[in-house]
Amino acid sequence: MAKTQTTAAGPSVLVRTNDGIDADLRLRMYRSQVQIREAEQRANDLFLQNLVKGTSHLSLGQEAVAAGCAAAMQPGDLSFCTYRGHAHTLARGVAVEKVLGELMGRDNGLLRGKGGSMHLTSIEHGVMGSYAIIGAHLPIACGAAWRAQYKGDKDVSVCFFGDGTTNIGAFHEALNFAVIWKLPVVFVCENNLYMEYTPISEVTAVANPAADRASAYGLQPIMADGQDADAVYRTAKAAFDKARAGGGPSLLEFKTYRYSGHSRADPAKYRPAGELEHWKANRDPIKIYRQRALDSGISHAQLDEIEGSVKQEVDQATEKCKAAPPTSVDILCTDVYADGGWAWRN
Amino acid sequence: MAELTYRDAVARGIAQEMSRDSDVVFLGEDIAKAGGVFKATVGLLEQFGPLRVRDTPISEQAILGAAMGAAMTGLKPIAEIMFSDFIAVCFDYLANEFSKSRYMTNGQVKCPLVVRTGNGGGARFGAQHSQSVENWCMMIPGLKVVAPSTPLDVIGLLAASVRDPDPVIFFEHKSLYAVKGEVPDGEIVDTLGTAKIVRPGKDATILALAMMVPRALAAAERLKAEHGVDCEVIDVRSLVPLDTQTMLASVARTGRVFTVEENPRLCGWGAELVSIIADEAFYDLDGPPVRITTPHIPLPAADALEDLAIPSVQRITNTIQRSLSA
Ligand SMILES: Cc1ncc(C[n+]2csc(CCOP(=O)(O)OP(=O)(O)O)c2C)c(N)n1
Ligand SMILES: [Mg+2]
Repeated sequence: MAKTQTTAAGPSVLVRTNDGIDADLRLRMYRSQVQIREAEQRANDLFLQNLVKGTSHLSLGQEAVAAGCAAAMQPGDLSFCTYRGHAHTLARGVAVEKVLGELMGRDNGLLRGKGGSMHLTSIEHGVMGSYAIIGAHLPIACGAAWRAQYKGDKDVSVCFFGDGTTNIGAFHEALNFAVIWKLPVVFVCENNLYMEYTPISEVTAVANPAADRASAYGLQPIMADGQDADAVYRTAKAAFDKARAGGGPSLLEFKTYRYSGHSRADPAKYRPAGELEHWKANRDPIKIYRQRALDSGISHAQLDEIEGSVKQEVDQATEKCKAAPPTSVDILCTDVYADGGWAWRN
Repeated sequence: MAELTYRDAVARGIAQEMSRDSDVVFLGEDIAKAGGVFKATVGLLEQFGPLRVRDTPISEQAILGAAMGAAMTGLKPIAEIMFSDFIAVCFDYLANEFSKSRYMTNGQVKCPLVVRTGNGGGARFGAQHSQSVENWCMMIPGLKVVAPSTPLDVIGLLAASVRDPDPVIFFEHKSLYAVKGEVPDGEIVDTLGTAKIVRPGKDATILALAMMVPRALAAAERLKAEHGVDCEVIDVRSLVPLDTQTMLASVARTGRVFTVEENPRLCGWGAELVSIIADEAFYDLDGPPVRITTPHIPLPAADALEDLAIPSVQRITNTIQRSLSA
C-alpha cells in the first residue's frame, strides 16, 4: 500500500521506486511523450498555416500524464478524454496521420472530419471518445465500468479531465455513483492550474481541486507529480490494478502545466510573468524524463534515435495529410441513425 | 387476452425484454425496491435481481451518463427519469451526447438505450411536474421520440425501443397510468415510426399524441353525434421517426387537419407536422390547418386552472366544429 503524507502543498502519496520500470517501458514512455510534443507542435504550425481550422486544445507541457497513464493501461482498457484529447488519443496508439488528418478536415482523418479536434475517438484503440461538454464523460465512464462489472469483463475505464471540471455537478454525481456501485473506473484530474483563463485557485473552495474532494466520497486523496512519467505510471498503475481487482474507483490528481494558451484563441496573457519560463526550464516533462533515462543507463544515442524517428513519423504524416483530399461531402448526412442515414420521416 | 393498466403494461414490457436479452439492464431512482414512484416497475427487482434492476442516487446526469457508457460498450440499458420535467437537469446527454456520438465519431459509437420518463399533466402537480416536453426532444437529430397512448402500445413500442439500435426517449403519460386496455398474451413487438388510424373518418383529420388521443376520440364521437361531422383520428405515437405518409394520405382524403397537442404552443410538435402538410399537401386542403394546444404558459396546479390550460374534449370539439363551419 502507498503511504499518504501531508505536505505544505496538501496530501500526496509516496510510491515505491523499485517497481520494475525497465528500460523497455522507459523508452516507450519517452517515445510517447516526444511523439505528443512533436504532433502537438505540428498541429500548431499547421494552424498558423491555416491548414487546421476551428479550435484546438494542446497538451504541450502535459505529455507525461498521457504517456504515463497509457503505459499503465492494458489493451482493452478504455480511455475517456476531453476536448484536450490529442495526447491521450496518440498515447493509446492512434496514428499521428489520423489525428492530424482529422484536425485538417481531410478524408484520411480519424473521423473523416465529422468530429474535429475536440471529438477524437478510436474504439479499436480503446479511445471511447473526446467530450467537449465539461464533466459529461465522467458519468459515461461510470457506465462503461458498470458494463465491465456486470459482464465480468476485466477492463478498467479511465477518465481524464481538468482541474476546472471538479467544479461541475457531473464530477460529483459520477464520484458518488462510482463509489456506491464500486465500479472499475479511475478518474484522472490533470491539474494544469487553470480553468480556461482563470487560475483554478480563484474559483475553487479547496487547494487541491480533486484530491481535497476525495474524502467527501470516501476515497483516498492521491496526488502525484504530473511532470514525471514514472510517478504518473506508478500512481496510475496502482489505481488501475485496484479497480481491476474489484477494489472500486480511485480519484487521481496530477499537477501539471500547459505551455500554450487554453485553446488557439488564447494568448494566455493572464499568466504571471516568469511562470511559463519556470515550468519550461525546470519542470519540463521531456527534459526530466530524458535525464531519468540517462541516469538509468539508457544511452544518448537511443534517445536521439527515438527523437529522430518520431520527427520523421510526424513529417511523413503531415505530408500525407497535405496530400489527402478534403473529406468527401457525400458523408454529410450519414450515420445520424443506425441505418447509416439521417431519415427522420417516411 | 387480458385487461391491463397502462402502468402494468410498462412493467410487462420491460420484463418481456429483460427475459429475452440479458444485456437489457434497468436503472433509476426508486425503481427497484420501491417499484417506481408511479408503481410502474413493481416486481422487476424480484424477477431480475439487483444486478439488472438498480436503484440510483438522485443523480440524473449520472443515470443518463451511465446508461450511455453501458450502451456504447455493449449493454442495452433502460434508464428512468422520474418526471420528464427533470430531463432539463440532464439534457446534455439527450441533446449533446448519445444523440450525436454516432455522427461525430463517423459511426463508431453506438448507443442502443431507452430513456423512460413520466410526462404530461392532469395530476395537479404544478409547473415543474406536469409538462409535456416531447417537443424539447423532437428537435434533436439522432434521438428517437416515442409516446404511447394505450397499454398495448406501451408494450409494443417499448419493446421496439429497446430493440432499436438508436437512443430512444419513451414518454409515458402520467395521467394514463391507470387507464385499462385489452392486451393479447405472448410477446408483443411494434414498429417505431408508424402512426395508427384509431378512428377512421372522412371530414377532417385529427392528429393527437398520448393523453390527447383519448380526448380527440371523445371529441370525434361528440362531433359525430352532435354535428354529424365524421373525423379521422390518428395516434401519432412516434415523433421521430415520423410517419408522415399516414398523415398526408389522411389529409388527402379529408381535406382538413387539426393537431391536438399538450405541449405549450411555441414550437410544439404540431407546428412541424402542419408545416409538412402545408409544404406537401397544400392543394389537398379545403381550409387552414388548426393547432389546438396548451397556451404558452407554465402549467398551473389548481384543478380549475389546469383543466382550462390543457386541451379538453370540449375545447377540441368546439374548435373543430367552429373551424369546419366557418
Ligand atoms: C459545460 C461547459 N461549460 C463551459 C465550457 C467551456 N470550457 C471549455 S474548456 C473550459 C475550461 C476547463 O478547464 P479544465 O477542466 O481545467 O480543463 P483544461 O482545459 O485546463 O484542460 C471551459 C470553461 C464547456 N466546454 N462546457
Ligand atoms: Mg485546467
